[in-house]
Amino acid sequence: MASMTRRRSAELPDHPDFLWATDITPKKAYDVIIIGAGGHGLATAYYLAKNHGITNVAILEKGWLAGGNMGRNTTIIRSNYLWDESAGIYDHSLKLWENLEEEVGYEMFFSQRGVMTLAHSVSDVRSKQRNYYANYVNDVDSVWLTPEEIKEIAPIVNISEDIRYPVMGATYQARGGIAKHDWVAWGFAKAAADMGVDIIQGCEVTGFNIVDGKIQGVKTNRGDIAAGKVGMVAAGHTSVLADMAGFDVPLQSRPLQALVSELLEQVLDTVIMSGAVHVYVSQAHKGELVMGAGTDSYNSYAQRGGFHVVEHQLAAACELFPIFERAHMLRTWGGIVDISPDASPIIGLTPVENLFINSGWGTGGFKATPGSGWVMAATIANGEPDKLAKPYALDRFVSGHLIDEHGAAGVAH
Amino acid sequence: MSNVTFTFDGQQYTGVSGESLASALLRNGVIHFTNSSYKDRPRGIMGLWVEESNALVNVDSGPGEPMKASTTIPIVEGLITRSTQGVGDLPDTRDNSRYDKSNRHVDVLVVGAGIAGLTATKKFAELGKSVILIDDQPTPGGHMRHLGTQVPAELMAVLELANVTYLPRTTVQGLYDQGYSVATQRRTDHLDANVHTEVSRIRTWHIRADHTVLATGAFQRHLVFANNDRPGIMLSHAAATYVSQGANPFKTAVVVTVDNQGYRDALRLHTAGVAVSAVVDIRETAGGASVEAVKDAGIRIVSGKTALDTAGTPTGLVSAVTIAKADGSEPESIDADLIAMSGGWTPIVHLATFIGIKPTWVPALAAFVVERNDVLTSTTGMLAGDFGGDDDAAVFFGPELTTEQALVAFVDFQRDATLRDFNRAIGAGMRSIEHVKRYTSIGTSHDQGKTSGTTTMGLIGQAIGKAPDEIGSLTFRPPYISIPFAALAGRDRGLLSDPIRTTPIHSWHESAKAPMEDVGQWKRPWFFPINGENMHAAVLRECAAVREGVGVMDASTLGKIDLRGKDVGKFLDMIYTNMFSTLKVGMSRYGLMCGIDGMVFDDGVTTRISENHWLMTTTTGGAAKVLDWLEEWLQTEWPDLEVYCTSVTEQIATVAIVGPKSRELMSRLAPDLDVSNEMFAFMENKYADVAGIPARVARISFSGELAYEINVPGSFGLHIWQAVMKQGTDLNITPYGTETMHVLRAEKGFVIVGQETDGTQTPQDLDMDWIVSKKKEDFIGKRSFSRADTAREGRHQLVGILTDDGSAVIPEGAYIVAGVDEKTAPPVKHIGYVTSSYDSAALGHSFALALVANGLARKGEKVAIPMADRVLTGVITDSVFVDKENTRRDG
Amino acid sequence: MLNIPCPYCGPRDETEFHYGAQAHVAYPESPKDLTDEQWAKFVFIKSNPKGWLAERWVHNSGCRRWFNVWRNTATHEFGPSYKPFTQQPKSPA
Repeated sequence: MASMTRRRSAELPDHPDFLWATDITPKKAYDVIIIGAGGHGLATAYYLAKNHGITNVAILEKGWLAGGNMGRNTTIIRSNYLWDESAGIYDHSLKLWENLEEEVGYEMFFSQRGVMTLAHSVSDVRSKQRNYYANYVNDVDSVWLTPEEIKEIAPIVNISEDIRYPVMGATYQARGGIAKHDWVAWGFAKAAADMGVDIIQGCEVTGFNIVDGKIQGVKTNRGDIAAGKVGMVAAGHTSVLADMAGFDVPLQSRPLQALVSELLEQVLDTVIMSGAVHVYVSQAHKGELVMGAGTDSYNSYAQRGGFHVVEHQLAAACELFPIFERAHMLRTWGGIVDISPDASPIIGLTPVENLFINSGWGTGGFKATPGSGWVMAATIANGEPDKLAKPYALDRFVSGHLIDEHGAAGVAH
Repeated sequence: MSNVTFTFDGQQYTGVSGESLASALLRNGVIHFTNSSYKDRPRGIMGLWVEESNALVNVDSGPGEPMKASTTIPIVEGLITRSTQGVGDLPDTRDNSRYDKSNRHVDVLVVGAGIAGLTATKKFAELGKSVILIDDQPTPGGHMRHLGTQVPAELMAVLELANVTYLPRTTVQGLYDQGYSVATQRRTDHLDANVHTEVSRIRTWHIRADHTVLATGAFQRHLVFANNDRPGIMLSHAAATYVSQGANPFKTAVVVTVDNQGYRDALRLHTAGVAVSAVVDIRETAGGASVEAVKDAGIRIVSGKTALDTAGTPTGLVSAVTIAKADGSEPESIDADLIAMSGGWTPIVHLATFIGIKPTWVPALAAFVVERNDVLTSTTGMLAGDFGGDDDAAVFFGPELTTEQALVAFVDFQRDATLRDFNRAIGAGMRSIEHVKRYTSIGTSHDQGKTSGTTTMGLIGQAIGKAPDEIGSLTFRPPYISIPFAALAGRDRGLLSDPIRTTPIHSWHESAKAPMEDVGQWKRPWFFPINGENMHAAVLRECAAVREGVGVMDASTLGKIDLRGKDVGKFLDMIYTNMFSTLKVGMSRYGLMCGIDGMVFDDGVTTRISENHWLMTTTTGGAAKVLDWLEEWLQTEWPDLEVYCTSVTEQIATVAIVGPKSRELMSRLAPDLDVSNEMFAFMENKYADVAGIPARVARISFSGELAYEINVPGSFGLHIWQAVMKQGTDLNITPYGTETMHVLRAEKGFVIVGQETDGTQTPQDLDMDWIVSKKKEDFIGKRSFSRADTAREGRHQLVGILTDDGSAVIPEGAYIVAGVDEKTAPPVKHIGYVTSSYDSAALGHSFALALVANGLARKGEKVAIPMADRVLTGVITDSVFVDKENTRRDG
Repeated sequence: MLNIPCPYCGPRDETEFHYGAQAHVAYPESPKDLTDEQWAKFVFIKSNPKGWLAERWVHNSGCRRWFNVWRNTATHEFGPSYKPFTQQPKSPA
């Protein structure tokens, strides 16, 4: 009888015995209220406590903690964006990632396995090389790979000239990688809760108390809660909140889908993105392929998109990675991403005094989780935008100083 | 029933044709199937179909698959399979199977061909509706198949009706908005173990149904007790079905139940020759025909008890079960090699939940059901809560267990997730099913929680004192079962993955062996190498030939939009930054287009053919976008403008002959055309027969040289090109491609949208203030120019760069620092970047275009270009390098 | 795959259309008279409600006409569609 060695997946360690208290009754007032217990909201609360000693904080979450986009996403972490401002905030975030597990005291499966962004045409090569050079002068690590070098790092990539859009090269950020989203969220949540932050789930903000243009607190389905400062960190629901507060934000909420395969033998140990061929993929710690592509084209809060987007993405995947032909699509899901006109976030002040905003991260929020939380905490604590957040002010749309990252964003990342 | 030989874990077996791999293995006495993913515990088959949580295999024969439930694989001659322990293989070989798709519109889609689904099909078919009936089994009947009962003839007859399409072996994978569904049909796996290339292996159906009937039935769930995972512990309906079909390796059984289903399965086991020692029912009292029948058969019934723990043989197979009250008291051990669990029916609610329908909990059934009857969707059968009268199931998921027992009481077999893991989750503060799932990983593996979902909801409810439907809703997501990537890729593979667009002249480029550049979907010749030269040499030669003699280029890919109507001029005045309404008939003009944000997004030459007939050209890649743009303004803003747009990109072929000798060549091609400058001015259009074909010839130049663009109906493009090549032979006519075109225009400082622009440049940034009309009151983009940031000092502006070392070509995209800055090691403050960079035949050295902060005021300043492997130095210059006086265009 | 009710062609698959976001954002009468704030509102602000939205689509692979339609962004349910410059039907809300 032939030797039948069966493959086994990497185990996941246990979560701690205690994470956070669930039956908290909100106090009548807090120094700071954060609306939204997603990754960014939780990180904001954590850094408010950690960096600024502000712990009289409540995070209000209408659903279950980290149940929005943070509840399932393609977990790509990188900082190789195009503009100087982006290098600032995204690389700050990456530096925080590099020490995060130790600092927060939570296993997050943060794995700096590199992120490769493929180029498939002469103009694609040109624009990605510009990105590479931009990273170079900003001291963000990046190298340019030839197709042969790509093949060496990721043997499963099809670098044949015979495919519809052959691979002509790639940028590669070695410090980029992935982390396990739930573990990241829970790490921040537990640490914040341990420092005294109240995480209140099932608490939906239904309005704002604003007097003379200044925030007084929020109305919720569990009563009014007063606050000195309020931060809106609600991703795809930001417009809903902004409407309640009476000001405009240039956001559109769109479906973003992603999918996983079953657990498979490890064949890919880096992250690969392709804008032209419309797919990006990594293989998680326990063995599933995690893949995504672009948003659906219309506004939606339904957390689902059209199947044709997924079909298209899998056709692209089979071209670029023929070994995936037999992999199975096991589960698809959809989130709500807040898309801004320049594919860059909106952070800082709003027309309402002491009401702060952190949104517009669109399809690329996960990688910015620690950095976003950090600058939002500093912004709230100091009452004015952190220097890394300044370029992302809401009023940049008035002046015209957009930070257009559509190219670097490429396909949803 | 023929015998089939197949292989499992290297061992050959025979089974009955048509049965599943699981059934065949049980028939052969294979009770221990594999070991569990993490705890390495022996496991066996526990289910009947897709709910199987233990017995997964890699299929090695035929196309191969990394992970499939053995219960869903029909055995065929030559099937080769291997048990998995949670992880599948991905072989490096291609799957050459054919996969395709089908699209249908239908009045009614019925999902599930059990009795309920067949009945619904009959009803709608007799009303004259078109019906598609989809079922994932090979034959209809649902549970009746398992019971070996005949489906009534009048229901079978429905399958033959002309207005009914019956698709067996087909799984509806997802239900979407407005009655859209996706199904995968397995077409060849049950035939043989071959790779089929002549007929599709899996067909993906896209169906739009006015109404969808969900008759998806239910599967059973297990119970959570200590050591509930041993081989030989199975769902009762599955066990009874295997056994009644002769796949029976068992001698004695104990049935543990919460409902009457356990009794029915006990009877089937009994009839098939398994000694049923007891039916252990958690309910204190039970009644009904099946209960009576069990009593009549002399089978012992134990009421008010359930399974608490099991014992095993040295190899881990189940050997006995300890039954007890729910609190663990009054234990009793009973020997058995089969423990059949009836933990309750779980209706298959997935498809309904995909479109946001929330199931309701019915305590009497101990089940989540979906009762629905609206325009788009209705439900029937077990899904809708019709359990055939069995409405006294106990809401019970397992007995109280000690900490030690909880360690080996499995909630999710595949994830090796136990009650202990669950309890820790609750203790940690997890209350939502989604949190418990993430904390314990319950429900996240191949079976996606089919058997563990409801159980987990129930356990949470018990833990925090709520009913299962108060916990929230388990979010199911498509697909219902896993689908191979290649199946969903279908026929969109290889060259079919995106259309290839070629010009009518393409065959000539191919036979010249010109390497192609992908420009959007187009294939454009990049350069035309001769005698084995590389691109650098070819481009230098082509450029020199154009500026000194005559070159020819295929410009057919440029977007072309035919515009007609009395208001075209007025319309173009809004669309372009410069004036067009004053353009004379017969003349062409270059225009720049901005978005409402003032940023350049396309450009091109537009010609006034006659008073109310114009032809716009756009960039190759921007054609569709510009046409959409024009239509958007006309239809949603200015419907009163009389302007009609038609895409004619493919209707017109354009051959450009370029260079000082182009006049001579033009006169040979069109002897009747006066090609003197006096009679044919720059930017003028003339009509003449060119190589015998009526053509519009325009004196447009993208290189600065004298040039003629010959426009003919598309099908004559190749003829014109060939005539050019023939007539130009003694003039050393030189075909050139996109790279040379890029160099020539850059030498003249002409921008390429998408290269000098990235969506953040105004015309003024590009040093093209001359093209921004000062006369027009308004045009699209104008208002944005005066915004604070758009009007500020210091914006990046288009300039030229010359390197100190003329042989060095700066890589495009490289960033520039002010030369006075000694520091070149990152991080450095940059002042801009290089957009275009080439070696120039005309200049005899390299040059570049760049966008530099305040560049127009900095000409003459020194700069450096720091890169990882070297630092280049240079100076900022004007952006025009060749023919600064613009005289070459007149020849 | 949404089934979009084109007022010219009838209901068709989503892949035949391009999205046009909020309807009725008219080009200002006199852009030069607007402040930068007002101009930014026109350029960048589009409604983004969780619920009924009157939005635009263009049937690019069909009749190539633009039209408006009410759609619920939370449920994807469609209300009535209507041609540009015709009376807007009442919101289904």
